[in-house]
Amino acid sequence: MIPPQFDYVRPANLDEALAILRDREGAKVLAGGYSLLPLLKLRLASPEVLVDIGAIAGMDGIAEVEKGLHIGGRATHRSIHENAAVKARYPLLEDAAAGIGDPQIRNWGTMGGSVAHADPSADWPAVLIASRAAINVRSAGGDRWIDARDFFIDSFQTAIEPNEILTEIRVPAPGANAGGAYAKLERRAGDFSTVGVAVQLNLGADGQISAVGIGLTAVAPTPFAATDAEAILMGATPDEATFRRAGDAAAAQSSPTTDAHGPAEYKKAMVSEMVVRALRSAVSRARKQA
Amino acid sequence: MATEMQRQTTPEVGGMGHSVKRKEDPRFIRGAGQFIDDLVLPGMLWLDIVRSPYAHATIKSIDASEALKVPGVAAVITGADLEKAGLHWMPTLAGDKQMVLPTHTVMYQSQEVAAVVATSRYAAADGVAAVMVDYEPLEVVVDPHKALLPDAPVLRPDRAADKQNNHIWHWESGDRAAADAGLAAAEHRISEDIYIPRIHVASIETCGCVADWDAIRGQMTLHMTSQAPHVIRTVLALVSGLPEQNIRVKTHDIGGGFGGKVPVYPGYVLAVVASLTTGKPVKWIEDRSENLQADSFARDYHIHAEMGATNAGKITSLKVSTIADHGYTDAAADPSKFPAGLFNVITGSYDFPNAFVEVDGVYTNKPPGGVAYRCSFRVTEAVHAIERMVDILAHDLDIDPAKIRMDNFIQPEQMPYKTPTGWEYDSGDYPRALKLAMDMIGYDDLRKEQAEKRARGELMGIGISSFTEIVGAGPSHDFDIIGLKMFDSCEIRVHPTGKVLARIGVQTQGQGHETTFAQIIAEELGFPVADIKIEYGDTDTAPYGLGTYASRSTPVAGAATAMAARKIKEKARHLAAHLLEANPDDLVWTNGKWSVKGSPDRSKTIQEIAFAAYTNHPQGMEPGLEAVDYYDPPNLTFPFGSYICVVDIDKGTGQVTVRRFVAVDDCGNIINPMIVDGQIHGGLTMGFAPSLLESMTYDENGNNLAGTFMDYLLPTAVETPAWELGKTTTPSPHHPIGAKGVGESATVGAPPAIANAVVDALWHLGVRNIDIPLTPQKIWAILREKGVTA
Amino acid sequence: MTTKHISVTVNGEAREADVEPRLLLVHLLRDVFMLTGTHIGCDTSNCGACTIHLDGESAKSCTLLAVQADGKSVTTIEGMASGATLHPLQQAFWDQHGLQCGFCTPGMIMQAAWLLKQNADPTETEIRAGIAGNLCRCTGYVNIVKSIQQAAGELAPSEDAATEAAATIQA
Repeated sequence: MIPPQFDYVRPANLDEALAILRDREGAKVLAGGYSLLPLLKLRLASPEVLVDIGAIAGMDGIAEVEKGLHIGGRATHRSIHENAAVKARYPLLEDAAAGIGDPQIRNWGTMGGSVAHADPSADWPAVLIASRAAINVRSAGGDRWIDARDFFIDSFQTAIEPNEILTEIRVPAPGANAGGAYAKLERRAGDFSTVGVAVQLNLGADGQISAVGIGLTAVAPTPFAATDAEAILMGATPDEATFRRAGDAAAAQSSPTTDAHGPAEYKKAMVSEMVVRALRSAVSRARKQA
Repeated sequence: MATEMQRQTTPEVGGMGHSVKRKEDPRFIRGAGQFIDDLVLPGMLWLDIVRSPYAHATIKSIDASEALKVPGVAAVITGADLEKAGLHWMPTLAGDKQMVLPTHTVMYQSQEVAAVVATSRYAAADGVAAVMVDYEPLEVVVDPHKALLPDAPVLRPDRAADKQNNHIWHWESGDRAAADAGLAAAEHRISEDIYIPRIHVASIETCGCVADWDAIRGQMTLHMTSQAPHVIRTVLALVSGLPEQNIRVKTHDIGGGFGGKVPVYPGYVLAVVASLTTGKPVKWIEDRSENLQADSFARDYHIHAEMGATNAGKITSLKVSTIADHGYTDAAADPSKFPAGLFNVITGSYDFPNAFVEVDGVYTNKPPGGVAYRCSFRVTEAVHAIERMVDILAHDLDIDPAKIRMDNFIQPEQMPYKTPTGWEYDSGDYPRALKLAMDMIGYDDLRKEQAEKRARGELMGIGISSFTEIVGAGPSHDFDIIGLKMFDSCEIRVHPTGKVLARIGVQTQGQGHETTFAQIIAEELGFPVADIKIEYGDTDTAPYGLGTYASRSTPVAGAATAMAARKIKEKARHLAAHLLEANPDDLVWTNGKWSVKGSPDRSKTIQEIAFAAYTNHPQGMEPGLEAVDYYDPPNLTFPFGSYICVVDIDKGTGQVTVRRFVAVDDCGNIINPMIVDGQIHGGLTMGFAPSLLESMTYDENGNNLAGTFMDYLLPTAVETPAWELGKTTTPSPHHPIGAKGVGESATVGAPPAIANAVVDALWHLGVRNIDIPLTPQKIWAILREKGVTA
Repeated sequence: MTTKHISVTVNGEAREADVEPRLLLVHLLRDVFMLTGTHIGCDTSNCGACTIHLDGESAKSCTLLAVQADGKSVTTIEGMASGATLHPLQQAFWDQHGLQCGFCTPGMIMQAAWLLKQNADPTETEIRAGIAGNLCRCTGYVNIVKSIQQAAGELAPSEDAATEAAATIQA
């Protein structure tokens, strides 16, 4: 498994990187490499030049502001998992980060790289959809903010243009009485998800669900928002029957394919089950906050 | 019956029964092992292989012109090139033949199509990418049952005119009429189809070699990953015409074998051809995808079993018919007389009179093989079938699965026991092992817990496997591979200063031979393990042996080592008599010394005797202190054990969790308890793997669906249970040190314990059998059908 | 073919090489620097046999380019012992029979070393999760877990080590 030939540059700053993306054909951004390198080794990608953004300062920070969490495009899975604000207030992110790949991959793989790669089974996209995150992409011409729900176009295809770099992801603050959870069904530790369900919700003063986002991964050509399930849950009492109705609605909205992870029918059923489990956990966390 | 051996030596000597720390480890923990890909020779070229994307296709053309333009590419080898030298086909160890490179037709996905030789790893890969092959796809035969239909395409038209079908061979054992009569007369009969899927050993090191042809000396040195280097040397001599004394096979360190490094793969032959034609050393190293997609597989047995019994649960008869999917060629490494291996050990640990087994080998468009996956010649398949059937019988008759085993076990006083399919079990105490396993796990309490949980709708299961292994192939009257009798060997040289060099005919792949074989010599002769060096794997220096697989190292080469040591001890007695001016018959051996009976102070240590062998030997006696032994075992050995597994099933997802697993093993006398425990831990994990995770599957076009570690799921530390071990010791009566072999018992015994536990959890819902691997999707589909999903 | 000049500190020693951009870090270590203790067991970053430390963090060197290591520091299994003195993990793997064929061992030891830097006193569950990216086919992991526990016991008592681990977590 030997990659094809390509050129390699490691620009010192973002402007330089963007100029290269603007000026050179077949350029591809390299962050941690844990998504891109496997493709290169299988010769499924053959870029002319890799633009390594590893040396660009300031892209890997995680900052909590009043409105939410600002995550640099090159922040690693591990740095997100270990971030104090994430541990305190973003359990959905903490859950998801803990289950991506294995420890070595979490040391070097990045949220931005994973999101830009847009593997239909990746975990972060569902998380960003559930939490209604915004994704910033920058070109030589300037910044462009894209709603996570509009970002994923098809398998391995996003709204990023070839001359753009994903620089930052903003996750809105969860607000009062919030709970989030990621329920991942995998065949074995380190496996890609068979089904991944991200839930972010709030409970109102009356104990009913006042806001909810649900993102699903691995059960459609792209990760997507389970909007039918969200509609069922909005304003509803968080009980088992409601969770199951939401789960079934999410299953109905999914379009998995049969593969080594299982037949489509099984995956649909697992969407329902994992939605229920994620909701249970998210609601329980929200109640603890209350 | 032989009695259990007590420790005779001090820890400093480190004979049998001591957990001596491994002599091989210092190099591995420093990263200083010498694995095949670590070897670099001056001027060495790299070989990489073009592989077929189709499972069955005609090769219309191969265009190497662009590849030859790639900088660094030195040559491209095709089937047409090999055909000129008659090297496009080679024999398999099972007496079939296999393509080195195809001249017309590819027979499975990822089959070798051409080889590129270049000055670097990277240039060779670029060359492979530039070779253009034009294929015309043919009808693909994936299902072995369909392969036997009259209108199936004939996959091997190269065979004789009367064999123009996909049936390879028929093999049977036992008495068909008696088994039929037994079934007909039985009060209760059960019948079940059990499939044991294709799996792959997936040692963490893949296969590879460096072929080094020295044209001036006429010498071929083949550095390679082989579990059986001497056999490789002989095969290479027969195939290439090179004189055998000018072929040297060297194995170095091997990163796991498990059966997958027994066969001769086309890559090895291609490297040899490339070295012969370029005059330079040529390295070939598989990558993981090639290893999984093209190397020999294991299992793939479609078993139909029928069992008869009394209503009280006493088994009376067993009849088994099996279709064995061998891929496009029978490249199994079974002994010649046993095309289905030792599958007829299927009567297991049970005493009943009637049994009949038949197996039919079939060709399909899949990679060749039928090698082991850490098991002795098809024993895992046999054990799985009998242990599943016994469990089904128990549940059918509402008898506890432990009780039905106890009621049917061959009793210790019946040993040696002749089975209805012709084996003679050497020794065993099956009730003792099961009783210990039940005590360790708290069997009765678990059954109570299960009943309570079932009342609450929770799914918990307890599974038992009481297996009998058959290892140590084997006695020369029955056992050979391509005619080579399955003896093994040891040569011991005692140096004048009392230090020892011993060479053995078997080949370690992690079992710790450098330590355990030294311990056998320490036990027999009293030299400390630290003073004994064990060598193997260089055919120029090691005595001829058939290699390490089928748990045969300790039973056969271990016996040869003890016997060679005893020859030395006997010569030492005569030397001691000379030194002590005593009659040899008056000497007694204790703790590494010969001493005069009744006068323990008149003695000579083995070290003193060794020195004398070179400095002061009696006139008329040959100087020196060396011995060699080629051991032809009188019988196989029959390790056994009882395993109990507890599983919990998640009704929402179908996921099975192994909560506890107790393994009681009996492998006879133990050389090194630490190493035996390690072998069992590893064996259990390789039994766990195909039970829950691993299987090599294909779609209807013959596309491999598990060709990387992303989909061929080896267990990680997270899923692997924390194994609980127990042991009993029932020595082999015919083995010089009473040992039986242990490397594979656990892989053989574990899968039915897990499968039985899962079916036990679901039996009340009307589930009789589930084939491994017990994946969540499979369990969930059953739960849904039974209406019990969460 | 254009090559890049890179400087990498390997096991404390400054090394330089001219490499193709596509050269994998594991091949730089094995084929260029002849440090063959780091092994290759798969193509898909699943097996962990190639685990090394890059700037102190464990990484799979089959999924990194050599050029990505330019200016960085790499530690391999060959850099673990101090002369004749084994690293406590190396000693523990030997003492506890934590290896059989030895092929996964270098990667396993490197990952375990990183794990103990993060968590000086891991539970068995944490150890198992910590080596989830390293496959072993021989040992069933039981004795690998024991080896890491032994080394943790030997490494833990030092105050300095605890401070250093805390600093690493913050960085």
